[in-house]
Amino acid sequence: MNTENLTASKQKPWQSTKLYNSSVFRLTLLYVLLFAGSVLAILSFFYWTSVGYLTTQTDETINAEIQGLAERYRTDGFTGLRVQIAERLSRQQPGESTLYLLTDERYRLMLGNINQWPDAQADPEGWLDFELNTPVRGASANRVGTHMARGRNFLIGNRYHLLVGRGMSELQEVRQQIVRAMIFGVIATVVLALAGGGVLRRSLTRRLEAIIRTSRQVIRGDLSERVPTRHSGDEFDELSDNLNQMLSQIQQGMDGVRRVSDNIAHDLKTPLARLRNRLEELRMVGSDTELREQMIDQVVAEADGLLATFNALLRIARIESRGKREAFTEVDLSSILRDLQELYEALAEEKQQAFDFDAGQKIVIEGDRDMLFQALANLLDNAIKYTPRGGVVGLRMLESDGETLIQVCDSGPGIPESEHDNVIQRFYRMDESRTTPGSGLGLALADAVFRLHDMELRFSNNHPGLCVTVVV
Amino acid sequence: MKPQSMIKVLVIEDDRETADYIQKGLAECGHVVDQAGDGKDGLLLADSNSYQVIVVDRMLPKVDGVTLTKTLRGNGNRTPILMLSALGEVEDRVKGLKAGADDYLVKPFAFSELQARIEALVRRAEPESPDTVLNVGDLSMDLLKREVRRGEVKIDLQPREFRLLEYLMRHSGQVVTRTMLLEKVWDYHFDPQTNVIDVHVSRLRGKIDKEFDQPLLHTVRGAGYMLSEPD
Repeated sequence: MNTENLTASKQKPWQSTKLYNSSVFRLTLLYVLLFAGSVLAILSFFYWTSVGYLTTQTDETINAEIQGLAERYRTDGFTGLRVQIAERLSRQQPGESTLYLLTDERYRLMLGNINQWPDAQADPEGWLDFELNTPVRGASANRVGTHMARGRNFLIGNRYHLLVGRGMSELQEVRQQIVRAMIFGVIATVVLALAGGGVLRRSLTRRLEAIIRTSRQVIRGDLSERVPTRHSGDEFDELSDNLNQMLSQIQQGMDGVRRVSDNIAHDLKTPLARLRNRLEELRMVGSDTELREQMIDQVVAEADGLLATFNALLRIARIESRGKREAFTEVDLSSILRDLQELYEALAEEKQQAFDFDAGQKIVIEGDRDMLFQALANLLDNAIKYTPRGGVVGLRMLESDGETLIQVCDSGPGIPESEHDNVIQRFYRMDESRTTPGSGLGLALADAVFRLHDMELRFSNNHPGLCVTVVV
Repeated sequence: MKPQSMIKVLVIEDDRETADYIQKGLAECGHVVDQAGDGKDGLLLADSNSYQVIVVDRMLPKVDGVTLTKTLRGNGNRTPILMLSALGEVEDRVKGLKAGADDYLVKPFAFSELQARIEALVRRAEPESPDTVLNVGDLSMDLLKREVRRGEVKIDLQPREFRLLEYLMRHSGQVVTRTMLLEKVWDYHFDPQTNVIDVHVSRLRGKIDKEFDQPLLHTVRGAGYMLSEPD
């Protein structure tokens, strides 16, 4: 393990990630920004419509007022206009803030509730925004200092200027209120969103922490650790369940590998130790050539046995990893069975075993002749090996329920049903058979060959003995 | 034991240790060995000299064993070729034999296996006698009548025993390994987990040697069997 890993694994899960590195934090920030942004957008829309509406209304009121006064001028002349303005001024209700100013061509005050022409530039349509030093009567009376107002200049009879306006303080106030509300709203939103994000982050972190803690344990080599679940069926539980299942799978695989490598180590260590001892002995042997020769034979046989074991392991691995049917040809199973009989019946007879044989019907399949022969020979080898003298060994092909079966049966000690699944594992040997010679790979190799041919291996009790059935 | 005549062998093998192991073993048996470290040198040597057997590794630098074999065969070179390979699967063997190799041996191998196969290859390359009768000592096999006699005694053999004896007689004076018998007599490439071949040979021995003074079928320790005339 390098030092970087060491320091990382010493830290608590969340100390190892900086705040701005945390994706939960970034998500929260994004959420706050989005939330504040949308609140701001809504408020802006509200501001735009309400303030806009109020401004338009003011302009319309001024226009209407001017139109009314212009009408009056047309019908009753300048005097009529003056009367009308005076009337309006006197009739003005508290709370209204319409400004009137009538001047001569030199902007000298003639009539109005403003005492001088405002010092502001009018736009081409005559609109001008200006400041008043005196409060306009009404809503803005309680205010001191300057007051905003908006008005329109209207030329009467090419001589007189008429300014009709409205105090804008009210609108200003409304506008300020809205802006204040907006600022407050956005601040409140950000604060609330941050708080919500914090809560969210905390709860996400807690769930993730459990997963991270478990994975740290697993990294340290404890494959039995599992992520706790709340059984609420949410996404985290689903993730945790999947992780747990994955861990179980890995653990099973690792156990298998460990078992196999333990067995390899055990099964290869013994012959290697024997080999070594024989070599030592060989050194001590004097000039007895006959004895030397004998011992060398033993050493070579021991090495050959080891090589055979490795070859079998490699073959199994190759068969298992290989794409199917690379070198498959048409193979007659019953002729393979006959060849097996011819080769192995003699071996059974040596042990005074009866050889019960039935080659069945000719059946041609796609397959590898040598491999199938090897696999079936392994089964027969075992059957003959484990059947005592005078027993019965059977090699049969038969049809049953539309399936073609090849059966290799013996009358040996058999295998307990609970062990049937284990016997095909590499190096698996029942304790009783540890002492008999054999690599413990014969069945594993046979199983790999049959699986390559889409055939299935079944074990059953032969009362007494074992029947190995190959389902073609 | 009938001494084997000297064989001229070319070993094309890039692994120095294996090549030396083969050379040393063969030299001890009285054979002459040339070495080539890669396929190109191997081709040059094979073309410019006449060897009785070429042992070629399947994996070679420059020109691999299969291509080399194909090239030699394409040039009309009919020298028996024994291919060595770490790949033992059927398709590998088939590929090697299809390219023109005469035999295929999977590494690691016992030296006796290699020696037996090399000697068998040389024997096979010799023009086969058109005889219909094989003789080893007083044992005779009539291939047409499918009859075997030892002296005057007629010996009954099963068909497979007949083939086994025929192979042994054709290679009399040579060591024949168990694997060779499985391949040539039973026509299967596989590793028997038991001494199944020994059982068949000892049965054959029971029929051809048991009743007679001079044994013909010998067990060669650490290698296999040999059928040979009595000294």
